[in-house]
Amino acid sequence: MQRKIRVLVGKVGLDGHDRGAKVIASALRDGGFEVIYSGLHQTPEMIAEAALQEDVDVIGISLLSGAHMTLFPRIMELMKKNQMDDVLLLGGGTIPPEEAKQLEGMGVGKIFGPGTDTRDIVEFIRHWAATRVA
Amino acid sequence: MSTDHEKFKQERARWKKTTAVQFKDRPVKFMTTSSVPINDLYGPEDTQHIDFYRDIGFPGEFPYTRGIHANMHRGRLWTMRQFAGFGTAADTNQRFKYLLEHGQTGLSTAFDLPTLMGRDSDDPLSEGEVGVCGVAISSLRDMELLFDGIPLDKVSTSMTINSPAAILLAFYICVAEKQGVPASKLRGTIQNDILKEYIAQKEFIFPPEPSMKIVVDTIKYCAEQVPEWNTISISGYHIREAGSTAVQELAFTLADGFAYIEAAVAAGMQVDDFAPRLSFFFNSHLDFFEEVAKFRAARRIYARRMRDKYGAKDERSWKLRFHTQTAGCSLTGQQPFNNVVRTAYEALAGVLGGTQSLHTNSLDETWALPTEFAAKIALRTQQIIAHEIGVTNTVDPLAGSYFVEQLTTQMENAAEEYFQKIDALGGVIPAIKQGFFQREIAAAARQYQMEIEKKERIIVGVNAYAETEEKLEIPILKVDPIVEKAQNANLKKLRAERDITKVRQTLEQLKMAAQEDRNLMPALIDCSRAYCTLGEMINVLKGVYGTWREEPVF
Amino acid sequence: MSKMVSTELLNEFLSGSRRALAKLISAVENDGTQARAVLDELYGKIGQAYRLGITGPPGAGKSTLVDQLAKTIRASGKTVGIIAVDPTSPFTGGALLGDRVRMHDIATDPGVFIRSMATRGSLGGLSQKAQDAADVLDVFGKDFIIFETVGVGQSELDIVEAADTVIVVLVPESGDSVQAMKAGLMEIADIFVLNKADRDGASRAVQELEAILHLRPAAPWNPPVVSTVAPAGKGLDAVWKKIQQHREFLLQDGRLAAKRKQRLEKKIHELVSRRLKQEFWDEEAQQLLDASLENFQNQKLSPYRIVEELMNKFMASLQRKMEN
Repeated sequence: MQRKIRVLVGKVGLDGHDRGAKVIASALRDGGFEVIYSGLHQTPEMIAEAALQEDVDVIGISLLSGAHMTLFPRIMELMKKNQMDDVLLLGGGTIPPEEAKQLEGMGVGKIFGPGTDTRDIVEFIRHWAATRVA
Repeated sequence: MSTDHEKFKQERARWKKTTAVQFKDRPVKFMTTSSVPINDLYGPEDTQHIDFYRDIGFPGEFPYTRGIHANMHRGRLWTMRQFAGFGTAADTNQRFKYLLEHGQTGLSTAFDLPTLMGRDSDDPLSEGEVGVCGVAISSLRDMELLFDGIPLDKVSTSMTINSPAAILLAFYICVAEKQGVPASKLRGTIQNDILKEYIAQKEFIFPPEPSMKIVVDTIKYCAEQVPEWNTISISGYHIREAGSTAVQELAFTLADGFAYIEAAVAAGMQVDDFAPRLSFFFNSHLDFFEEVAKFRAARRIYARRMRDKYGAKDERSWKLRFHTQTAGCSLTGQQPFNNVVRTAYEALAGVLGGTQSLHTNSLDETWALPTEFAAKIALRTQQIIAHEIGVTNTVDPLAGSYFVEQLTTQMENAAEEYFQKIDALGGVIPAIKQGFFQREIAAAARQYQMEIEKKERIIVGVNAYAETEEKLEIPILKVDPIVEKAQNANLKKLRAERDITKVRQTLEQLKMAAQEDRNLMPALIDCSRAYCTLGEMINVLKGVYGTWREEPVF
Repeated sequence: MSKMVSTELLNEFLSGSRRALAKLISAVENDGTQARAVLDELYGKIGQAYRLGITGPPGAGKSTLVDQLAKTIRASGKTVGIIAVDPTSPFTGGALLGDRVRMHDIATDPGVFIRSMATRGSLGGLSQKAQDAADVLDVFGKDFIIFETVGVGQSELDIVEAADTVIVVLVPESGDSVQAMKAGLMEIADIFVLNKADRDGASRAVQELEAILHLRPAAPWNPPVVSTVAPAGKGLDAVWKKIQQHREFLLQDGRLAAKRKQRLEKKIHELVSRRLKQEFWDEEAQQLLDASLENFQNQKLSPYRIVEELMNKFMASLQRKMEN
């Protein structure tokens, strides 16, 4: 039986704008993934711990507060600490292209900006899962 | 609007058969931004149930469909109120002074997320968010800096704050006190709309019931002590931004408004003692006619309910006053200059819908807070509407359009249906607890996204006319991380300098007031005077009321 | 994407790595052969974790109750593992697992391990997988394991039924207890919790429930009804007390041992059935069936005849295997 792809969709920080996170969680479910939704107002520690316990393949973080340059590096640090080097980290929200590029350079798999087609995210994850080394 | 509709029906059928049949519609879905299907043509039979005097009438008169003032924007233009705030209190103070020097009389304050969530700048969860989305206010000390040199009896101040609104109001009253300005002279607004936080914006702290109690406390306190203060700005803006349809925005916002009214009445107040100080805040989205119809329907529903259901006698209680902000969620990250055009149409709908004040979004807001340049174009957009294009020459020029009148009535009816559903669930708070609003909004948001992905809905520059390999060529505002350090240093100093005994005493008093279910405002003002921080007061209240977590629905 | 379970991972697991624990649960959840290897390795070390099953209709507040119950158990110094089961969409094969959100109070407690599990369609074996996952948590050293499922569907009920103490959660809404009866929840409960007891009609609902229970013949254990308001943690101490009482009850006269033996027997029966099914339906059997179905129209073969032929084929292939 083929292993199901498990994704944690998380909202980090104090912003409560969950429209995007929910639309994406639904789209990923419809794409056949098992989606664990973190709920609002999570700390990087909570995200890392949930991802660890749930043994997810992908973590998707939605962030519209402008605190991305603080919170993403924190999550990456915790992922490293937990040996989660085989987990894909994705991001989305109000993140300007220049900073998105910076984050991608630091190890975020991809930042999906406003106006992203949810099918592109599903495809991106499928492609990543198909090509990663077992 | 009665004509011979039977005849119209026949004639219309004939037209359809003989003339219209030769023309094929484009193969697209004709629908509003809210996915409401739209007919090819509207005529007298669509408005046959509308009675001019009963349903439309004259501006400035019941049911105010055409506007709350007789001469609307011929008399006074709407207030061009652009929301601002960033960094430390001192930074925003400089900005306020600049605006005042240039003739602005109203200030509109945006707070950062920690403040909105009732957390001090040095709270661990605040890290990275201090001063980013607005100004950071952790104590009366910050508030003193924010309004330093600004006479509070001369300005009106709007504060976009909800869960901790009572505390920010307390800070403001204390600053006035230090300036020698009595509370009775203060003018301004706190958003203070906690219900839409549970429904849409999710910046809640306490469970709904104690939150409502605090809102009622502010209404009561202001009615007695700060009579010119607008106590709640009942907001549909965030409901729409969360993905609702126009009808949902209309219905849920009004339902919230009625819930506040019922709560205040249940707490022993007379409706006319507080209703004139309630105002509304709506979103203006892309669908021009739908938005205009929404604003007109809102006034009509409100007037009818206030007079007929809540028994308000004062005409001021019947009038729905509202602020409008163009739809942030309609802006695109791609080809950002197109956003100027979108915002202009949205603003126009707000103006033709009879708004009392307006905020126009800036072209760069999908990426960050606006740069000064982008904010200026946004303001100029309003000025062009006000002075160049002629739409302020007459009142409610779209009235009498078969389409607009039909759509207005259709939205009123759809809102009434929602009211019945909400009542059947036991009211707004039980409906929140059952996830009713959240589910409706999430479904609408999902549908909107699906329509875009299937190209049933075209967004220029996103799913059509997109430019491959587009590079973002606009400047992006960056907030200096130094703000957080400076703010934390100030807070540390404050904690060291203040009289700790006083702090403990006043916090203890606050706790008792909460436990004994007394009005919290006097205790909050005492705490503020003693320089208790925002976070300290919120924590005391959390201890009494508990906190709220939502069960997410999809 | 199959990841083999390495000795390294097992060692990490045995030395207390939560990451390794998570990976082993994935292994038992994903793949039968891997699971068997893992569980063979672990069974000798299985402890005596006490297992609680919590079920009830959707919206009864089960996850919040689990959150508060876990907190209560933690306060007594014991560790907790939670397996929260949510349905897989039959149309897309995807699932939205939202229980974790409501377990906020224990989310970062190192003494608690929460795992969300999707039902993954009708492939069967859900209950097995949940129990296997619980066994892994048991070996890891958790003192209490809580299964949480929606009380609809047989496979979900099978999961909680495999617990030592079963808690059925209801809410005051009218007719809830009637619905529960129809769903077969009344028979499996050792404890009833009437959650959201601050709502209107709560005391009436308790009376209603007690009246229904009263009609049943007296038994050595009569399920008590406890009222709770889970988000506020109200009534949780009472629930915990009842759990302990039920446990005491089971410990008397070897009831718990008997129950567990029964459970093991049932599990072995199920495993044998599944194993047999797998062995039975090899390619040859499927071809034989297809051919028989093809001929069915013309020859009007009785289904029993087809079964007979399939059985003969199976026996013959077994014989061949034995001879080899």
